Amino acid sequence: MNADQAVAPEPARRFSVRLREARNLGLVGVLAVLVLIGALTEPGQFLTTGTVVLVLTQASVIGVITVGMTFVIIGGGIDLSVGAVVALATVWATTRSTQQFGITGIVFTAVAVGVGCGLVSGLLIAYGRLVAFIGTLAMLASARGLAIQLSQGRTQTVTSSNQALVDLGYQDSYVLGIPPLVLIFAAVALVGWLVLNRTTFGRRTYAIGGNLEAARLAGINVKLHTCLLYVLSGLCCGIASVMLIILTSSGTSGNGNLYELDAIAAVIIGGTLLSGGRGTLVGSVLGVLVFTVISVLFTLNNLPTAVQQLAKGVIIVLAVLVQRRASLYSSERTTR
Amino acid sequence: MNTDIRRRAFLTGATLAGVGALAACTSNEEPPPAAATAPQGAQDAPGKRVTVGFAGPQADHGWLNAITVNARAEAQRHSDVELVVAEGSNDAATQSAQIDALINRKVDVLVVLPADGKQLTPAGRKAMDAGIPVINLDRIFDSPQAYRTWVGGDNYRMGVNAGNYIGQQLKGQGTVLELAGIDTLELTAQRTQGFDDALANYPGIRKVGRAAAEFTVPTGQARMAELLQAHPQFNAIWNHDDDQGVGALQAVRQAGRSDFLMVGGAGSKAAMEAIKSDNSVLKATVLYPPTMAASAVRLARLLGQAKGVSDLAEQEIPASVTTFSAVVTKENVDKYLPVSFE
Repeated sequence: MNADQAVAPEPARRFSVRLREARNLGLVGVLAVLVLIGALTEPGQFLTTGTVVLVLTQASVIGVITVGMTFVIIGGGIDLSVGAVVALATVWATTRSTQQFGITGIVFTAVAVGVGCGLVSGLLIAYGRLVAFIGTLAMLASARGLAIQLSQGRTQTVTSSNQALVDLGYQDSYVLGIPPLVLIFAAVALVGWLVLNRTTFGRRTYAIGGNLEAARLAGINVKLHTCLLYVLSGLCCGIASVMLIILTSSGTSGNGNLYELDAIAAVIIGGTLLSGGRGTLVGSVLGVLVFTVISVLFTLNNLPTAVQQLAKGVIIVLAVLVQRRASLYSSERTTR
Repeated sequence: MNTDIRRRAFLTGATLAGVGALAACTSNEEPPPAAATAPQGAQDAPGKRVTVGFAGPQADHGWLNAITVNARAEAQRHSDVELVVAEGSNDAATQSAQIDALINRKVDVLVVLPADGKQLTPAGRKAMDAGIPVINLDRIFDSPQAYRTWVGGDNYRMGVNAGNYIGQQLKGQGTVLELAGIDTLELTAQRTQGFDDALANYPGIRKVGRAAAEFTVPTGQARMAELLQAHPQFNAIWNHDDDQGVGALQAVRQAGRSDFLMVGGAGSKAAMEAIKSDNSVLKATVLYPPTMAASAVRLARLLGQAKGVSDLAEQEIPASVTTFSAVVTKENVDKYLPVSFE
């Protein structure tokens, strides 16, 4: 909001980190309550390794997308195209001609399509001066359209010669009891955290989202940086697409449906400001976990979908209210 | 400023061209699957030329896509039929405008699979009033005055046949689960009702769990994985839709489970191939045949030529045709594989 945020001196930065941690407490509380409900309603099934593995696996695909989304939103933008880009990348990576090149071909294609889409969005927004909302909305429409065209409306399954890729989702592939998908998610989240909190790139992301003009005056190449944020989001979509192919053994144009809303919701309840400049990756990851736990909790208790959607809405509101409380309290205390 | 615009235009153009070129070189080169339909009827001899208008919902995947494929392929088989296809839409207003355009074009017969039967009833009525007979495909119009003939599937019987098959396989004893489709659709409620009614024939069988997915592969995987975690022990599961079944089967493999039998729904190629190779928990699927689109085009042609149907004593085309929700198993899968869809 103001120029000091962009060129924040070290002590102030540490303060803002502490502030953000306080904001996450609300989310940890919500998560704890959900786990408690699970433990009380389904004692035999909920507090098991199986449930933990299930929650983490189900959270992994949307989790990786959320990492990219967190960068974009902290940088003052938004990416509405993530779901459509995932659809396009899974479809493209599972076409017959791509599959001839084996697993490397599938993985390379998915990541390349993700990065390519991110680059197009980034160029349109940073250099073409399109509003992020419009630029990524255009990408949403065209990527989904191209995905339908490419797949001709079919569900394209991974061929048997590439079975080893799909096998990564099976229990035999678990590393020390952890599914590879969860390891990928953890790695992406860790790298994302390091980049956001320990590098110049991360500091510049906060600076641009906080105050674009100040960031420009401070000598940051704002256009290039903005463009790179969308490339990063596209890269995350590409990685998530590979994970989705492992999880479902197929690519269809219906993949990634409404992922953009899930990812944005997770980032926002994770305490990141939609206007940019402030937020944490830890919060976003917690946000994704909250949504996944709700879903598992409902199926475990055999509750109807309509009630689940209602509960999701209530929890979004509750989490944000609790966070606002926490942040108001901590900012009052320290600014005086 | 001028150069700036030009540079921007170049950038946009270049990226679009790049995407286009890539799309062209990696698309599926395999020819579109020919809709396999039952043998031709006795009325097949070419007759008067008939223009058939076709308006369906957006065919982006699975069964809906197969509907359009079947309609197009059937039209191609008749030298006397010209099919005019309106671009599919899930928006009632858009589809209504498309039907208007087809009426203005003065097609002889109209085949409509409405995005929403209730909302599009006036559009059907308008065509009928204009003297264009309407064949209402699957999702039913609110008033019989809005269509000449209805051709569609039997969601209730899908549930009944799935339930009875499971009841027989379990010999009347055990616990079952249900993986439903989109819960806000009436067809989902009908399928579940049929399933529950059939299970009532077997007092020893109890339905212990149900979850609704969204007809997509990832949601099928997610809900199935959750169901498997919730129920360490059960004997059978009915999955309403084979498209989400691709994900559901993956979840079963990921959990390393094989202690139950699964029945699918709709009749996709992937499901039928899995049933045929008998290497998974999927042992059967109940049909909801997309061939109904081909039948609708055939009936449209006969309507346009003022003919009846052979093998019935009727002088006219019947007012409604309901397809049968046959159970496809390993024993009869070869008969149904040609009508499966990708």
